[in-house]
Amino acid sequence: MELPLLALVLAHLVLAAVLPLVSRRSRRAAFGVAAILPAATLVWGLANLRAALSTGLSETVSWAPALHLEPSFRLDALGLVMIVLVSGLGALILVYSAWYFGKDSRDAPRNAALLLAFAGVMLGLVLADDLLTLYVFWELTSIASFLLVGQGGVHRANRRAAVQALLVTVFGGLSMLLGIVFLGEAAGTYRISEIVADPPPGGLVTAALVLILLGALTKSAQFPFHPWLPAAMAAPTPVSAYLHAASMVKAGVVLVARLSPGFAGRPGWWVPIVVLGLVTMLIGGWRAQQETDLKRLLAFGTVSQLGFLMVLFGAGGRIAEVAALTMLLAHGLFKAPLFMVVGIVDKITGTRDVGKLSGLGRAQPALVVASVLAAASMAGIPLLLGFLGKEAAFEAFLHPGGVRGWLVGLGLLVGSVFTVAYSVRFLWGAFATKPGVDVVDAARPAAGLMAPTWISALAGLVLGCVPAVTDALAQRYAAAYPAADAVESGYHLALWHGLSLPLLFSVLALAGGALLHRQRARVRAVHRALHTPLSAQRGYELVVGGLERLAVLVTGRVQAGSLPVYLAVLLLTVLAVPGTALVLGGEWPRDQPWIGALMQIPLGLIVVVASLALLRVRRRFTAVLLVGAVGYAIGGLFVVDGAPDLALAQFLVETLTMVAFVFVLRRLPAHFDNPRAPRPNRSVQARKAVIASAAGVFVAIAGVVLSGARQEPPSASGDFIALAPETGADNVIAAILVDFRALDTVGEITVLLIAAAGTASLVLATRFDRRRRDGVRSGAGSPEHEEEILG
Amino acid sequence: MTQQEQTPLTWNHWDEPEGEWMLPGECPVRTNRTLLLEMAARLLFPTVLVFSVYLLVVGHYAPGGGFAGGLVAGLAFVLRYIAGGGAEGAEIGTRLNLRPPLLVGLGLLLAVIAAFAPVAFGRPVLASAKYSADVPVLGHVDLVSSLVLDVGVYLLIIGVVLDLLRSLGSGIERDARESRP
Repeated sequence: MELPLLALVLAHLVLAAVLPLVSRRSRRAAFGVAAILPAATLVWGLANLRAALSTGLSETVSWAPALHLEPSFRLDALGLVMIVLVSGLGALILVYSAWYFGKDSRDAPRNAALLLAFAGVMLGLVLADDLLTLYVFWELTSIASFLLVGQGGVHRANRRAAVQALLVTVFGGLSMLLGIVFLGEAAGTYRISEIVADPPPGGLVTAALVLILLGALTKSAQFPFHPWLPAAMAAPTPVSAYLHAASMVKAGVVLVARLSPGFAGRPGWWVPIVVLGLVTMLIGGWRAQQETDLKRLLAFGTVSQLGFLMVLFGAGGRIAEVAALTMLLAHGLFKAPLFMVVGIVDKITGTRDVGKLSGLGRAQPALVVASVLAAASMAGIPLLLGFLGKEAAFEAFLHPGGVRGWLVGLGLLVGSVFTVAYSVRFLWGAFATKPGVDVVDAARPAAGLMAPTWISALAGLVLGCVPAVTDALAQRYAAAYPAADAVESGYHLALWHGLSLPLLFSVLALAGGALLHRQRARVRAVHRALHTPLSAQRGYELVVGGLERLAVLVTGRVQAGSLPVYLAVLLLTVLAVPGTALVLGGEWPRDQPWIGALMQIPLGLIVVVASLALLRVRRRFTAVLLVGAVGYAIGGLFVVDGAPDLALAQFLVETLTMVAFVFVLRRLPAHFDNPRAPRPNRSVQARKAVIASAAGVFVAIAGVVLSGARQEPPSASGDFIALAPETGADNVIAAILVDFRALDTVGEITVLLIAAAGTASLVLATRFDRRRRDGVRSGAGSPEHEEEILG
Repeated sequence: MTQQEQTPLTWNHWDEPEGEWMLPGECPVRTNRTLLLEMAARLLFPTVLVFSVYLLVVGHYAPGGGFAGGLVAGLAFVLRYIAGGGAEGAEIGTRLNLRPPLLVGLGLLLAVIAAFAPVAFGRPVLASAKYSADVPVLGHVDLVSSLVLDVGVYLLIIGVVLDLLRSLGSGIERDARESRP
């Protein structure tokens, strides 16, 4: 069986693992080698264009079919578009990175390997046709993003941004996992294509969809989860260009795109997507106009565009989906070069602040042209791919009309006005000659930086002038939706649709955006007036800070540091939970004999006498010996009852326990009560006595009741005895331990291992801390750490 | 007659050994040694270890098994530690540098390998097989594959006991020494 898709994904990971061998020789070559694989993937994907446009290419690995664990992949129109973004832009950005990172940059090897690994898992995500497979790659991209944003963890901004991105996306991811399980169990399959073809009904499915949406919204930085994306701009620019513009943030959009054909008709699905998408588009666009950092400007632009994409993919309907797929491709092709431009500007001038850049346009005409191409596509100017998508988007909502159509259409228009405004602002901020600002002097950017920027910017122009290619892919994807009327079925992407309402909207957006930019001083005043202390970022900080305070509170209450309190909590829980069950459901065995063998009397006496003596003992050492006596007497009872295995284990464990006690006693006072200290309060002692006696009585009664509670007939244990010789064991206990119930044994020894490691670390860790007092500190309790957590 | 020249030994020091030959391990602490305990440790340690292996193997036919065997072996190390192991008395001889956590992990690894080995032969996890043979001297011998699991348990238990000696034994000892002003 051939599995080209899985093989491609795995090849990325394998190459990423061996990439450090290349970067040891040459850091630049490492990026070059890394770029080969995404480029090959792109070529392979384009070679399979015909298959993607017809039935698609699917493959399944039957790993554990009974558990629905069948990783499956599928190359269809959406997958191919995402391959262009993930692999095509990935290859370009890897080449760009080769020149972006300095020749001797110590971060370069790490970034090369991580970027390639990310390309692999992202490829797996966009091609996955199985919800569980998708989930695995989903979380892998989150982890890769954490590592790429965090970089070496040297700078505080990187660490905070990485943690924020991880917390938000993994929170969404986990709720998505829950939703996936609900959906998969309701549908009886985890295969996306099968679920979409036959969507299951029911209230549980609605809950599942909401949970899945939570994952999609967090990953694609939708309101109110969006602040992690601008914060993630702390990452190096190539990483931002790749993860936070072209690929990873599209994951949520892709998930919505995959599931929408099955669920777009349900209000529980499209209402939250469209509403939150619109809000995100407007907030992102509005915030982008106030940013002075070019990169953050683009980040808010990305947030806005992701909201736009969400609206299109979630709305359902033929034209909307044509527009959605076109915008998906267009966004990657214009946002990635814009990020690359920011990287170049940053590299040649040393700043990306709007207020400090001036006169760069005159010095760098080639850079300006590439930027204008990309920004024009973002603004939706004719001849570019972004225009085609935006026209289709307006048509999608204005053609059906109605309240929903007009509301969404007008919302998109306002969003587009903002988009145009920040596109102009980007060009003005980066290249314009500003009065009162010194003209920056800039070196010539390397060809290795310029070429990838130009290629992706030109791709938007070429695809915009030749709409047929994109149209074929978009029509294929939108075919999953039935066409409502002749207009919808006959709609194609085109440069000229005649004088129509969408064209008017496009013109309005361009004019409005230009006006907004001209009136930027007034816009800024409005922005200031609207400024509120309430923001999504503040909300995130409050939630995280609140969680930590809650943890401190709970720990402070629960971990009081008093052994009697801990013991009381344990015993009271035992009394409350199993005790209630015993009172309600317990049954005293009818034929319970008072005595089984004569030898039980002296042994029982030893237990009773030792226990009573324990109460009067003042020395710890004597107490340990008495506890040992109780244990040995119980071991004797086992012998009397004919359980030599149990007795042997009891004697050995008792001995070891005594030894351990004696070891510990060396560090404890010899007596329980300090004669000089005041006597403990009588009421406290009375309470202790009540709890202890109640727990003891409970254990005694439970022992009798449970030993009489036989649910299975005695013949069940007869099977053990009968089958024991077959396992080669004459001793049925051994047969049970290592054969019939061997899994229990393995589990128990694992518990033992953990317990031993825990004890050792508790005792030895304090010593370690003391020895390292002036060396490296863990920092967990230091003020700087607190400051970092609380901000 | 000559008692005046020598300092008189108090009664609790008269059996203190002087030579090194009876030491079970390295003993930096020269005080608090007792001849009786060291002698007993010297004699009992190997014997008890052999007995523990006996318990391990005999587990299939009589009381015993990996758990009991491991505990007995562990107690042998405890005896040696008490007899004069000193600070790091828990180690298994100076030549074999086997740290307790390694032993614990080795035990679990062996148990898990024993659990998954049947899969390689197309049988379910934790399945066991029996090989019977007639050995000239020993007579009829049954060799059971689940013995490997038991050996894993045996090693793990020894490791746990040694870890206990390391943490609660020498760990606390060092703690006491260092916190002394």
